[in-house]
Amino acid sequence: MSMNNQGRPTSAGAASENTDFESFSGHKGLRLAEPLIFELGSTETTGVDVPEVGEFELAIGGLDRKNPIGCPGLPEPDAVRHYTRLSRRNYGIDMGVFPLGSCTMKHNPRLNEKMARLPGFGDIHPLQPKSTVRGAMQLMDELSHWLCTLTGMPAVALSPKAGAHGELCGVMAIRSALEARGDAREVILCPESAHGTNPATAAFCGYKVKAIPAKDNGRVDLEALKEALDDTVAAVMLTNPNTCGLFENEIREIADAIHAAGAFFYCDGANFNAIMGKARPGDLGVDAMHFNLHKTFSTPHGGGGPGSGPVVFSDALKAHVPVPFVVKTEEGFDFVEDADDKSMGRLVAYHGQMGMYVRALSYMLSHGSDGIRQAAEDAVLNANYVLASLGDVMTASFEGPCMHEALFDDRFLKDTGVTTLDFAKAMIDEGYHPMTMYFPLVVHGAMLIEPTESESKFNMDQFITSMRGLAGEAKGGNVERFSGAPYHAPWKRLDETLAARKPVLRYTTED
Amino acid sequence: MIKFTEEHEWLEVDGDVATVGITDYAQNALGDVVFVELPEVGATYEKGDEVAVVESVKAASEVYAPLAGEITEVNEALEGEPALVNSAAMDGGWFFKIKIADKGELDDMMDETAYAEFVEGL
Amino acid sequence: MRYLPLTATDRQQMLEKIGVRHVDELFKDIPNDVLNPEIDLPRHKSEMEVERYLSRMAAKNTAAGSVPFFVGAGAYKHHVPATVDHMIQRGEFLTAYTPYQPEIAQGTLQYIFEFQTQVAQLTGMDVANASMYDGSTGCSEAVMMARRVTRKKKAILAGSLHAHYASVVETTTQFTDDVIERLAPNPAAPEAELQAAIDAIDADTSCVVFQNPGVFGSVLDLRPLAEKAHENKALLIVVVTEVMSLGLIESPGEMGADIVVGEGQSIGNGLNFGGPYLGLFATNQKYVRQMPGRLCGETVDADGTRGFVLTLSTREQHIRREKATSNICTNSGLCALAFTIHMTLLGEKGLRGVSLANHKAAVDLRNALSAVDGVEVLNSSFFNEFSVKLSKDAATVVDALADKGILAGVPASRLYPGGGLDDVLILAATETVSADDIEALAAGLKEVL
Repeated sequence: MSMNNQGRPTSAGAASENTDFESFSGHKGLRLAEPLIFELGSTETTGVDVPEVGEFELAIGGLDRKNPIGCPGLPEPDAVRHYTRLSRRNYGIDMGVFPLGSCTMKHNPRLNEKMARLPGFGDIHPLQPKSTVRGAMQLMDELSHWLCTLTGMPAVALSPKAGAHGELCGVMAIRSALEARGDAREVILCPESAHGTNPATAAFCGYKVKAIPAKDNGRVDLEALKEALDDTVAAVMLTNPNTCGLFENEIREIADAIHAAGAFFYCDGANFNAIMGKARPGDLGVDAMHFNLHKTFSTPHGGGGPGSGPVVFSDALKAHVPVPFVVKTEEGFDFVEDADDKSMGRLVAYHGQMGMYVRALSYMLSHGSDGIRQAAEDAVLNANYVLASLGDVMTASFEGPCMHEALFDDRFLKDTGVTTLDFAKAMIDEGYHPMTMYFPLVVHGAMLIEPTESESKFNMDQFITSMRGLAGEAKGGNVERFSGAPYHAPWKRLDETLAARKPVLRYTTED
Repeated sequence: MIKFTEEHEWLEVDGDVATVGITDYAQNALGDVVFVELPEVGATYEKGDEVAVVESVKAASEVYAPLAGEITEVNEALEGEPALVNSAAMDGGWFFKIKIADKGELDDMMDETAYAEFVEGL
Repeated sequence: MRYLPLTATDRQQMLEKIGVRHVDELFKDIPNDVLNPEIDLPRHKSEMEVERYLSRMAAKNTAAGSVPFFVGAGAYKHHVPATVDHMIQRGEFLTAYTPYQPEIAQGTLQYIFEFQTQVAQLTGMDVANASMYDGSTGCSEAVMMARRVTRKKKAILAGSLHAHYASVVETTTQFTDDVIERLAPNPAAPEAELQAAIDAIDADTSCVVFQNPGVFGSVLDLRPLAEKAHENKALLIVVVTEVMSLGLIESPGEMGADIVVGEGQSIGNGLNFGGPYLGLFATNQKYVRQMPGRLCGETVDADGTRGFVLTLSTREQHIRREKATSNICTNSGLCALAFTIHMTLLGEKGLRGVSLANHKAAVDLRNALSAVDGVEVLNSSFFNEFSVKLSKDAATVVDALADKGILAGVPASRLYPGGGLDDVLILAATETVSADDIEALAAGLKEVL
């Protein structure tokens, strides 16, 4: 036989005790260190083709930029590496369970991305002749039809750029309608559990904000609401399902009371995912409701936007929608771009978030009426499965069933020395994005878990195992596991006090 | 003479000018103070008006005028070093000086013992 | 359904664990008579079916890249390197949330920090935020910020400001006691437009908003405007809808701006029929705490390693609720990422080069159109966009050229209906415009005029 012994060793070798060394490069295996571009690049470097234009006479009024700008460039290979390395420091839905309550972190189908990039959608200009964008108008009309049908509402304004912007649109329509009937009102009622944008929006539109108390079961106190309703109240802003993950079971009585007082019912649709295809806000007396296309209809959150926040309106408000909007004509479609005296005016340049409209419609077409209802049912089923599987080791704030998210508070951590924040950070070590914490404000140390319909039972069971394990560790006195968590993330806890006391908001060379 | 309000502010009165800050109890409840928004010198306020804002990392709280008057001086040291509110709430961390319009308004305020009891009861 | 992982067996087991027999028992709080309504919409479609359906719809639109294209007025066709769109689709960027858990979001936070720096450098200002929805909403936020800073109510919107931007400011402030004074556009006399803005400033003015290059394309020195504003303790807000211009023209900061608002679409982002885009927002250090929107700042972690966090968040709605500086709770994250990647590829050298190529294309276009009867160029200064007066109604001309497969620009009447500008056409020429395109447009104009 031949005795070829030139191959590499294949056994794992002896494990070393001494692994606590710094590498010479600053990298740690696949955890690659990456400086700021300002520390990497130079202003002489570029990663693009610079066109050669030759000599010509400038026509910029003698205002050419003489001082250096200071932006460094990277050649393409280094740029690709820079952003690849940065990306690997992020957690995303693509990596694992992302149970961030009230944010609906569902799967983002890549078909949607592909559709939004079709040149006929992605490469058209908002002001090119209408005759050249008939397909775009058709898409907006079709999206509008889906949104109106799913909500049972007669009208929609597509243009708001995010949920909070949609709220603004909704409350402005309410104020426009009140002014049109010569009815000056001063107050908007919001429950204490409301998302912070609700009071911010109301105040922005010139209203005083008054809080409505909740009952012990986590729902609005109808009697207290009725007492607060009088002819100074312009609107009531309610999230339904509410921020505690519960459906307002007296919603009809609430709507009737609002309307009897001559006020409008604004519904924050942040949690529409739980009821899409199951119930229509139009059947429940809602006058205006915004969607978050980036929650309910799967357009990517993108690390903080762009979002999209269309608003549906009842007959009482539809005359006041902002421009522009699509109308059907004999030849097909047209835009109304100029406000009449009833319209609130214009909220954005151009037509809103077309790229998000395409993605949302792609999601809706894929699911269909049957899949949309199934998605809502699965989202609610997954949340209730969490509630049922963790109820004995964590403390649920309210009795179930819940809708698409399960709310826990920190009573189960009492006297353990572990806070909600610590518990959340320990979830990072388990490979999960933490749930929403300290919101809503109505329970102490809130933990709001929204698994969405995108999680399989296998994923849910793994997640539940981790959560039960952590609850056990906390109660068992293993405080260290929590107090310095996360231990396995690329960064330890960051000093937010330092960041706020001495704000460093940009790179400067003097540092 | 030092006086306290139920809004957790202290006033040290010297003639007709009071130096105003927030109490040790208040700074402790707020946590790490990161920024203080101070009024303009010369501005006048009624009792209860919002005069200043104190921010910690996660919260922002209003400071109300403990009595009516005109601002005569503000503690500019807080701009560069807001941490003074935590480290020296009752001393170097003062917010502003106000020229008292009506000394009668001092009568309703607590002295040190009364404030200590008030805090105890919270 | 391909996106829903639960099987019938899973659902059954989970219902048993929960202790209910049917999923509708979980929906018992919904009034029974409205539960499970008839939804008159089509049933689910396969990926192939959806693709076919939407592709047919898309095919009814004329893509900018398929024709000679001169449409601008606040949104511009530029070449975006393939790297940009590839990188922003990495799942760790695309499917991340707002970086509220900084230990597992340093990728997002570091690029925001880099983005803020780039925007500050481009605009010539001290600091920039993490971006706004778009330029127009950023503009109304700037007007409101000026009010907070100056405690005065009157905002002056110059005639050079894009009509949509001015409308957005008017709409969003209509229920406040702000006073918005909107000056008339004057494409034939940009200096007069500037002078009108200077003359309008008085002691009650909180801010004056001037777009540069203006909506009709002119580039002006804003120093006299800054001087008059500052004499009156008012802020100068400079709006830049074509951010590519900052590679060639002096920055607003150098001209004395207090706030700079920009539409960042031109760098890294496609036309997308108007959105999503990203608003750039920059100001000077002393106004940082009055600035709306998210901000990322440098800090260290428990080991002393440099890292980044969202900071100064007490200005925002989730903490201050009805006292927030703005009701905004999002930025335009992925668009800002596209912007910063493209900026990093460009660098100062590339930016200056591409910027110059834009100007060259516009100069060539001006020269070609100057030779066409019935076309009068109105601008003496411009970057990549200018206005012409036609011998016929501009909207009619644009439609006639569209029928010939040429997208010739924006008729001013589309932005200023009834404004007496029916014969004015706004044309943009970026680095994507070829000599053939220009020739086609000139030939087409000769035919229709």
